[in-house]
Amino acid sequence: MLKFPIYLDNNATTPMDPRVFEAMKPYFLEHFGNAASRNHSFGWEAEEAVSYAREQVAKLIGADEKEIIFTSGATEGDNLAIKGVFEMYASKGNHIITATTEHKAVLDTCKHIEKLGGEVTYLQVQPDGLIDLKALEAAIRPTTILIAIMYANNEIGTVMPIREISAIARKHGVLVFTDATQAVGKIPVDVNKDGIDIMAFSGHKMYGPKGVGALYVRRKNPRVKVTAQMDGGGHERGMRSGTLNVPGIVGFGAACELCRLDMEEDTKRISKLRDKLETELMKLEEAYINGSTEHRLPHVANISFKHVEGEGLLMGFNKNIALSSGSACTSASLEPSYVLKALGLGDDLAHSSLRFGLGRFTTEEQIDYTIKAISETVLKLREMSPLWEMYKEGIDLNSIEWAHH
Amino acid sequence: MAYSEKVIDHYQNPKNVGTLDKSKKNVGTGLVGAPECGDVMRLQIEVDDATGMITDAKFKTFGCGSAIASSSLATEWLKGKSITDALAVDNMDFVEELNLPPVKIHCSVLAEDAIKAAINDYRVKNGLEAIKFDESVVH
Repeated sequence: MLKFPIYLDNNATTPMDPRVFEAMKPYFLEHFGNAASRNHSFGWEAEEAVSYAREQVAKLIGADEKEIIFTSGATEGDNLAIKGVFEMYASKGNHIITATTEHKAVLDTCKHIEKLGGEVTYLQVQPDGLIDLKALEAAIRPTTILIAIMYANNEIGTVMPIREISAIARKHGVLVFTDATQAVGKIPVDVNKDGIDIMAFSGHKMYGPKGVGALYVRRKNPRVKVTAQMDGGGHERGMRSGTLNVPGIVGFGAACELCRLDMEEDTKRISKLRDKLETELMKLEEAYINGSTEHRLPHVANISFKHVEGEGLLMGFNKNIALSSGSACTSASLEPSYVLKALGLGDDLAHSSLRFGLGRFTTEEQIDYTIKAISETVLKLREMSPLWEMYKEGIDLNSIEWAHH
Repeated sequence: MAYSEKVIDHYQNPKNVGTLDKSKKNVGTGLVGAPECGDVMRLQIEVDDATGMITDAKFKTFGCGSAIASSSLATEWLKGKSITDALAVDNMDFVEELNLPPVKIHCSVLAEDAIKAAINDYRVKNGLEAIKFDESVVH
């Protein structure tokens, strides 16, 4: 029995796993202590729960629990990493290298760094969304202190060559930071095998609670420190003050453990569903996959349906299926997706894109329904599209002089 | 963003989707917008030369629900109107009728432009000069 609406926007957020919810419950009404209260059992219990969660988080990424700093999420982690390194390593240099397809939390923080007098290089990506490693190495200067490249992209699912990037960084003595929000818990991430120095990720993308995340900060080979951006009681080894969100952290830990245990099986099942969805939708004429299909998250698909606009498309089924689009009409700023533009996609294909984020709770029945609903809506809207009619008549749309407004 | 019921209705049951014969002298075609902007409207009118009345109107639109609704509504309004009355249609008429939120006002402006472009195309095809319109004022 299909329940509506169907949720296929797991890149935006995920439903909490009921097992995570159960784990969190005792920490609201019963074991509500402040983890920093040293002198009574309420505090000790809270501290123990946090400690346990820290281990669960560390285990998922191959780190030591001492290297986990709890935050309010990946955006805070991105800020702490970039601003924290910029301040801590100011004597070494002031240059940061990042990419044009990073999340706004990274790009905006880099803009802030530039206002503070830092220098930032924004590397272009190739049409498949991947970084050009030669361009990366060429951009490194004696004053470079950080390379900030996301592990996997939130819009197109492209997985960056992190091991190759960190090998280059090590060669030049530059730290590597990665926003791994879309990757942790979905694909195997190991901070040592991948050569990562600092890494941000978040609970609500992994079937955990919103409002909690972690920043991994390496302690050995090399020992990394970041200047705190939240001053106060000195929590989290002086790197992030503020009373810990105990129930959130407990949930985050549980979510990490479930991901570690269920990852292999979940991935097998979900990637098959993604492939089915994609194969069927690609049977429609003039459908295009955006981003590398080889180096990609197993549960994401970003597809453009030429000559049909994204918001119009979503309206055909958004009471029943939850998706997002790279179309300008769906963004508050009326700008089309900057990630799709960075791939070199024409604006018209950016406007026609849909992003599918499958997840742990996606079923084959939901996918079958989605395939049918989208195919029907695309066909219906193409009947109403002047661009489709012109394309069918063999008119080259690039040759038209459009009456811009 | 919640759509008004009228927008949803036009989207699910669009009026007058189709194509008129461009080669006929009494058919005016307005093609406005651009694929890069995410909005392209093609509005066509068929005019009775003797009476100056619009006897038929058709549209096709590449765009969001509000754009589709605006152009669908335009064809509904145009049928049975004189060219003079059609020229008086203002973008705020669409905004009011469809309850368009501020972020969608540009769709109504494009619909108004499409009407004027179709009328001008008809005029030029029939030996008249195209009317120069002032820049649409977005209220």
